[in-house]
Amino acid sequence: METATKDIKKKESEVKEGAERTRSKKLYTPAVDIVEGKDSLYLVADMPGVNEDSVDITLEKNILTIYGTVEPEIPENHRLVSSEYGIGDYQRTFTLSDEIDREKIEASVKNGVLRLTLPKAEAAKTRKIPVKAQ
Amino acid sequence: MLFSTNRNWFWDPWEEFEQMRRGVWGDGARRSSEFPSVNTWVSSDDSVVTTEIPGVDPENIDISVTGRTVTLRGSRKADDIPEDLSFHRRERWSGDFSKAIELPFNIEAGKVSARFKDGVLYITLPRAEAEKPRKIEIKSS
Repeated sequence: METATKDIKKKESEVKEGAERTRSKKLYTPAVDIVEGKDSLYLVADMPGVNEDSVDITLEKNILTIYGTVEPEIPENHRLVSSEYGIGDYQRTFTLSDEIDREKIEASVKNGVLRLTLPKAEAAKTRKIPVKAQ
Repeated sequence: MLFSTNRNWFWDPWEEFEQMRRGVWGDGARRSSEFPSVNTWVSSDDSVVTTEIPGVDPENIDISVTGRTVTLRGSRKADDIPEDLSFHRRERWSGDFSKAIELPFNIEAGKVSARFKDGVLYITLPRAEAEKPRKIEIKSS
């Protein structure tokens, strides 16, 4: 398992053509885990520096966007002498293939990790179709 | 060329060190690839080391200090998911990490403090009393 933590770098977001940012802050793409269950989709994102008040989740049609704003804490009267990572906001967009029951979306942030539960709408739940032997 | 020529009035060993390092490795090689990435801030009293380790239980972070070196150790377990579920994407790291960061001065080990907020660890490492820069008063005779 130890090798799993090697070579992990924060990924800076790519600027899409025609969609330049209005802020000068950097934008990063958070690493995510996505798990699909029968009734729900679970999304976990690493967003260090983000808390429950600074994360925005929007679902428009089937486009899910997570955005986390980071207010960098800079130690007063200190000079930065070595920098291995950058600080900025997080954004990532997903296209969902299933209908989501937007009333029941749950989100929590703990220690900089966002956890989202996206329950599938009734119609989208997989139904098991029994196949009869002839 | 080991010593900088544009030496300042107040000699700063860290700057010296950085310049030497830049001279030897070139600017591109300054970033260590070892996880976790850290940023180091320095003042005349102390150094603040910050690192982003989201989702780590603060109880599982181990900070030890010897001389000029601070060592960070910790781990994050992968999420357990029920057997009938499957990962669509799995990008988040898991496992153990260990990293040693060397500062340009000896650390007052007894006064080190750390804070963990929103997945970001802040460690304040005071300089050893004997190594603090001293202001020399010049007496007029």
